[in-house]
Amino acid sequence: MFAFFLRRLVTLVPTLVFVSMLIFGLQQLLPGDPAQILAGEDQNPELIAQLREKMNLDKPIPVQYGYWMAGVLQGDLGESARTGQPVLELIMEKLPVTVQLAFMSMLVALIISLPSGIISAVKRDTLIDHGARVFALSGISMPNFWLGIMLILLFSVELGWLPASGYISPFEDLGANLAAMVMPAFVLGNGIAAVLMRHTRSSMLQVLATDYVRTARAKGLRERVVVVKHALRNALTPVITLGALELGTLLSGAVLTEQVFTIPGFGKLIIDAVFNRDYAVVQGVVLITATTYIMLNLLADMAYFVFNPRLRH
Amino acid sequence: MKIRTRAIAGAALLSLVPLIGQAQTLRIGLAEDPDMLDPTMARTFVGRIVFSALCDKLIDVDEKLNIVPQLATSYTWAPDGKALTMKLRSDVTFHDGEKFDAAAVKFNIERHKTLQGSNRSGELRPVTSVDVIDPTTVRLNLNAPFSPLLAALADRAGMMVSPKAAQNNANFAAAPVCSGPFKFVERVAQDRIVFEKYANYWNKDAIHFNRVVYTPIPDATVRLANLRSGQLDFIERVATSDVAKLATEPRFKISKITEVGYQGITINLGKSDKAQANPLGKDNRVREAFELSLDRQGIVQVAMDGEAVAGNQWVPPSSSFYTKSNPVPKRDVAKAKALLQQAGIPNPSFTLMTPTTSDAQKIAQVVQAMAKEAGFDVKIQSTEFATSLNLADKGDFDAYVLAWSGRADPDGNVYSFLACKQPLNYSGYCKPEVDALLNEARSKQNVADRLKAYEQVNKFAQTDNPILYLYHRNWLWAYNAKLTGVREVPDGLPRLTGLKMN
Repeated sequence: MFAFFLRRLVTLVPTLVFVSMLIFGLQQLLPGDPAQILAGEDQNPELIAQLREKMNLDKPIPVQYGYWMAGVLQGDLGESARTGQPVLELIMEKLPVTVQLAFMSMLVALIISLPSGIISAVKRDTLIDHGARVFALSGISMPNFWLGIMLILLFSVELGWLPASGYISPFEDLGANLAAMVMPAFVLGNGIAAVLMRHTRSSMLQVLATDYVRTARAKGLRERVVVVKHALRNALTPVITLGALELGTLLSGAVLTEQVFTIPGFGKLIIDAVFNRDYAVVQGVVLITATTYIMLNLLADMAYFVFNPRLRH
Repeated sequence: MKIRTRAIAGAALLSLVPLIGQAQTLRIGLAEDPDMLDPTMARTFVGRIVFSALCDKLIDVDEKLNIVPQLATSYTWAPDGKALTMKLRSDVTFHDGEKFDAAAVKFNIERHKTLQGSNRSGELRPVTSVDVIDPTTVRLNLNAPFSPLLAALADRAGMMVSPKAAQNNANFAAAPVCSGPFKFVERVAQDRIVFEKYANYWNKDAIHFNRVVYTPIPDATVRLANLRSGQLDFIERVATSDVAKLATEPRFKISKITEVGYQGITINLGKSDKAQANPLGKDNRVREAFELSLDRQGIVQVAMDGEAVAGNQWVPPSSSFYTKSNPVPKRDVAKAKALLQQAGIPNPSFTLMTPTTSDAQKIAQVVQAMAKEAGFDVKIQSTEFATSLNLADKGDFDAYVLAWSGRADPDGNVYSFLACKQPLNYSGYCKPEVDALLNEARSKQNVADRLKAYEQVNKFAQTDNPILYLYHRNWLWAYNAKLTGVREVPDGLPRLTGLKMN
């Protein structure tokens, strides 16, 4: 097992190098000139020339990539051309927000999806099953943007229970932090719950039909033990894979949800950076999220080992 | 026991009194996150909103766009127009306690002119040197008479930062030090900008808030929801579609201020070879027909829900620089058709490039439908803003829906757009006569003399139509009805001086 993970860690390096080249290369395809955007409305030509020089845009692309990589290897991701803030500082500012939102959303998703998926499979084709599936379908179909605005109108404008938007650090005021995060976490979690629920259900149905489950039942084990201890463990493997992928997506920022609730996370950071052609920020954020994504997949692989003993041999 | 309870209750009540007496925090919702908080480097409109609390300027503009004193109490032009002498206030300090004087003005003007990446160098190009005459008198020397300088000094080019802070802090924008009514506390990008009242502000009696917090909320619906839920006191750029409903709610007030800028369609006349390949760029009769096919009032209704003033010049009809002899033309489809017949192109076809903002998209659609009635075949090309700017600069377009945020001085709305080879001249228009007139308007100080020159420029613009000016938007603010002292200045920047929550 140790050798396996070591191998995976080593392959991480070329993957990241490839990703960094891809990010850099794709960005060159973006139309529009960053210096032009930065020069503001007046488009003073001398300023544009100055900015090009400052941002190394006047150099060949491989040289620009070299400058960037040299910085990255020393832990310097450059600075935002728009606000002058170091990219690493911006990322460290947004990262806790995005991580908290991602994990809270995942928690919401799991709380909804696991029980409903299991019950739906066990009580197959009953009213409960149909009800849960309709709920799941509506969860997928509702656009985050619309659901978010509806929640704001209901809970903030009409009832006045929750703040309409914004973010407060949990270290400043935990209560206010949770109050601000509950609606966005629900919006994001709700959509993912729908997907996870359907996967839990179908995976459970498959496992429940296998021989060893029949054997367990024949042994006279209680249904609860059969379902939770014997069936669920095996059924979880595809759900974990999917959950990790979804978590990765959440950690790369939820653009629309962050926009609606004005949460200063990765999604808002990157979308503003793309529209402003703030290359250093785009590169930095994508590199960090790509790394996170790869690491999460590695963790998911490790989780298989824990849940599925067959893989250990 | 009873006495103790009462005593505690009394003490608790008493402790509340100073809280009530203290004017609270003013919470403002912005439509975007500002860029660098350094007047030299800044480039966004939204940044100027924030600066109006943080950095005082040498002079300011009032509701009628007249120049009024701020850090400078008066100014005089030299008879030849090549020097501007300003008298300064003597009771001003920067937020770090440093004194504001003529030397600080010299430092700031030079910083604006020379700092690498300065967005102000263009605005101050005519200024060749600055003389400190005495601590409260400063003289700006110019290479040629340039009256628009005053308007620049009433904006970011006239904002004064503490020389000591600017020299000692390489990343000045992270902790700006100016001399305005509020001083910088903190900024979390895309989340909030917090200022607190500057205790030694020269006009501190007119400041009625202890703190001001700016929150960028890009979505207009969410911005409004925050105002309605009481999380914000003031929001800028209300969606035009929300105005009618909001006007019926007594809890809020709305301000509508006609902007100094405009929304228009720039036509490629000579920016690239593409201009001559298209009937619109080639023949001014086709452009005139295009203009006659449009009903500006209709465009205002559809694209802006009526929240704009139809216009046909680079300044709104209410401006003292508006050419009254050239009023907004009425729609005339029959005449448009006749002109197209005359030009021998009854069904001209061209592409209208438009940024992806919703009002620009709506304009394109209405224009397409209106022009069709006169025989035009307009193809809409929606293009993300940064890309469209790049294409415009290369001349890779036929016509382009482009808004200009406007400047207090008309020169800022016309020179760079119509003078030969200027950076914003996307239409590629170039006539030496027009250049001469524009330069003449720059060199005169008197409004009547300047208007005379602009009236003649207007005649050329009328015939050649490099830009079809459509309308001037209303700046729409919504705020708590208890807020008084709101000043509606056409530059669209809310002033915090005099603002009070009752």
